[in-house]
Amino acid sequence: MRRPIDLTATRPGVFAERAFVWLCRLGAAIPLTMLAWLLYRVAAAGVHRLSWSFLTDPPSQLDAGAAGLGPALLGTLWLIVLTATIALPIGIGAAIYLEEYSRRSKLAGVLELAIANLAGVPSIVYGMLGLGLFVHALAMGETVIAGALTLALLILPIIITSSREALRTVKDGLREAALGLGATRWQCTRQVVLPMALPGILTGAILAIARAIGETAPLVVVGAVAFILYGPDGVDAKYTALPMQIFQWTSNPKRAFLDNAAAGILVLMMTLLVINGVAIWLRNRYQARRS
Amino acid sequence: MKITVNGLRAAFGDHEVVKGIDLAIPSRQITAIIGPSGCGKSTFLRCLNRMHELVPGASRAGQVRLDDTDIYADDVDPVLVRRWVGMVFQKPNPFPSMSIKDNVVAGLRLTHRYDRKDAPGVIERALRQAALWDEVKDKLNEPGTSLSGGQQQRLCIARALAVNPDVILLDEPCSALDPIATARIEELLLEIRRDYTMVIVTHNMGQAQRVAEHTAFFLQGELVEFDTTAALFGQPRDPRTADYIAGRFG
Amino acid sequence: MTAPPVGRTALHAPTAGRAARWYERLIELGLAGCGMTSIVVTIGIVVILAHESKDFFAHVSLGEFLGSTKWTPIIGGRPSYGVWPLLSATLTTSAIALAVAIPLGLLAAIYLSEYAAPRTRRVIKPALELLAGVPTIVFGYFAITTLTPALRDYIPGLAGGNLLSAGLMMGIMIVPLVASLSEDAIYAVPQSLREAAAGLGGGPFEAIRRVIVPSAWSGIAAAITLAASRAIGETMIVAIAAGNEARFGFDPRQPGQTATAYIVDISKGETPHGSVAYQTIFAVAAMLFVMTLIMNVISHRLSRRLRAAARA
Repeated sequence: MRRPIDLTATRPGVFAERAFVWLCRLGAAIPLTMLAWLLYRVAAAGVHRLSWSFLTDPPSQLDAGAAGLGPALLGTLWLIVLTATIALPIGIGAAIYLEEYSRRSKLAGVLELAIANLAGVPSIVYGMLGLGLFVHALAMGETVIAGALTLALLILPIIITSSREALRTVKDGLREAALGLGATRWQCTRQVVLPMALPGILTGAILAIARAIGETAPLVVVGAVAFILYGPDGVDAKYTALPMQIFQWTSNPKRAFLDNAAAGILVLMMTLLVINGVAIWLRNRYQARRS
Repeated sequence: MKITVNGLRAAFGDHEVVKGIDLAIPSRQITAIIGPSGCGKSTFLRCLNRMHELVPGASRAGQVRLDDTDIYADDVDPVLVRRWVGMVFQKPNPFPSMSIKDNVVAGLRLTHRYDRKDAPGVIERALRQAALWDEVKDKLNEPGTSLSGGQQQRLCIARALAVNPDVILLDEPCSALDPIATARIEELLLEIRRDYTMVIVTHNMGQAQRVAEHTAFFLQGELVEFDTTAALFGQPRDPRTADYIAGRFG
Repeated sequence: MTAPPVGRTALHAPTAGRAARWYERLIELGLAGCGMTSIVVTIGIVVILAHESKDFFAHVSLGEFLGSTKWTPIIGGRPSYGVWPLLSATLTTSAIALAVAIPLGLLAAIYLSEYAAPRTRRVIKPALELLAGVPTIVFGYFAITTLTPALRDYIPGLAGGNLLSAGLMMGIMIVPLVASLSEDAIYAVPQSLREAAAGLGGGPFEAIRRVIVPSAWSGIAAAITLAASRAIGETMIVAIAAGNEARFGFDPRQPGQTATAYIVDISKGETPHGSVAYQTIFAVAAMLFVMTLIMNVISHRLSRRLRAAARA
């Protein structure tokens, strides 16, 4: 009735299994190979344009060799500062409200739904919001403050989510201890919870800002200029930004301008690398301190 | 002897849990393994079907022979071992993405032996052996998780039976179930014992006495005593066995 | 009602009880206000899109918008407001992107969770996160300078700006999203099911095929719908690499202009408030918003089902 047991036979499906593992490896390998190829091409095309004057000169529409990123970098800098100033307090405040004051209430459920929705809205739609609301309805015009407000709204859901996670890592026992000693909710939050969650909040904030730096579409819609010779001189100034300048150069079919675009991309990616590196360093230091 | 164990050791990382066991499991009988928590009985069981090595950091030494083959030999495919040595786990784990009837034949599908023509016969036979047929025969298409705990465990037993293994390992199969469900499972084990070799780990000494012909007593990773169930419980040779049976420690 | 000092870490607060309560209340309201911005922004998006596109839909019927395949809204003479050229380009590039991202992302997720050694995981996961962090404009640059010329050698008739390059590039960009969400879904499959499959004599591949992926299915489906939403809303890759011709067609070798690319194209120029150009971009944006909203809601429902199943 029973066949003799042979434990060394080749079971059916072994070859399919091996083929499948290779297929899975490809799934990871193909995108990463494309990434490597992309980085190589960008570096090969653009590295020769990198120089101090490239970083500081104004752009030029005629002479690619003389064109530079000066105003674009200044514009991005203004955007970073303004966006952070607007988005961080509101985002962290919202996170504190949801985690410390209003857990599991019906209002919290509605807010969470809104935040989840906003996280999925395409960035260009945020640009449209900025165009209709900040540029026209509030009559700010196509200025750097309108751009910063738009980017701030774009990264708000990201900041709220990452700040909430950072707040959640603080154990409830600490909150109970503080409240049990007679502290008010705000005292408990400000003096016990926030200091512990701060590194995590900062890490999340830095990563959110990094995301904002690379966004092009909302800035195009909201009126960042394609060609300007100076950086912003006030919040109500016209401006350009790094991704905007790259886009401008990419749209120019001349090879020299495409090389400028590649160089601009290198500057952008290196900036992002530094920012992400700082965020990760912060997170590791924070985790090391906790354990 | 169906399974012969020689000098089996098993560890998780640096922590050795099974410390050199020699045991011979008789064929077509039920052998129970009893002992206090943490004595290595579950780990020992999982060494019999090469499930222990699936845990990262796990290691093992020693020999386990199934019929005449050392299941740990270099040319042995561990997946094949598990085809012949089936397992029923402590917590019932029917596949939630499958109906009752698909659960029963899941093992056949997983081992490329599913035959659509034979399926209804296989399903009925396995469910009858698991004493579940009458309760589910009208709802074979319902999800496997729609059953009660005891029924789910009998479904898992049916699933294990459907692949026609030589040996069935049961790791405290009734510990998550109420006494009535436990009794039904003990009943079905007695009914099918002539067709399969079974090894059952249990912390319930009464269960060992009810179903097993032979019983092994484990303590802290070692085999203390192995005898027919009547002899082990009636006249234990080792004082530690006697103490455990009398409930002086647990 | 003074707050008692506790050792050296005295918890400071205004000591007068009433002032303390007012202070607390004010702070709570302020924080609640911060929270409410999310609702305000959501309403704001809907209101702005509706308000600015209502003029468009006042003189363009929904029938023409959704029925005609000619999009020439800004020429003199007889402008045509059929949105289908934009829609066909969006659908074509998104379909290509999903055809790339879903298999690669799912396979990568399976590799990472079931096959990869811990050392390999530690390299590949951050690499995929690196891919996820690349700004989309970089992909656009690569598509037009490298990918299209490379594909030209193999695909005759490939236009300079074409939907295929843009779609392929989008697909690669979306892989980390699919991989990461699918991996979460696969990770959520309980270990007991894997043990059950192994105990029955199933090898890893059979277990993945018959047990793990079916059990993780709603999470994977959530990942796919989210990826679709992302593809539909993607802008810069298509703005740069797909060519800027609004023509109706599904041939990937031809150029096209997606809804998002159209908005960028118009925004690059002058769009005075209330002009025809201005109205059209809001109408198109409204359509885009509705499409992505539907996909996001579906994705959310599916991932809720996954979480409910995992708890069961």
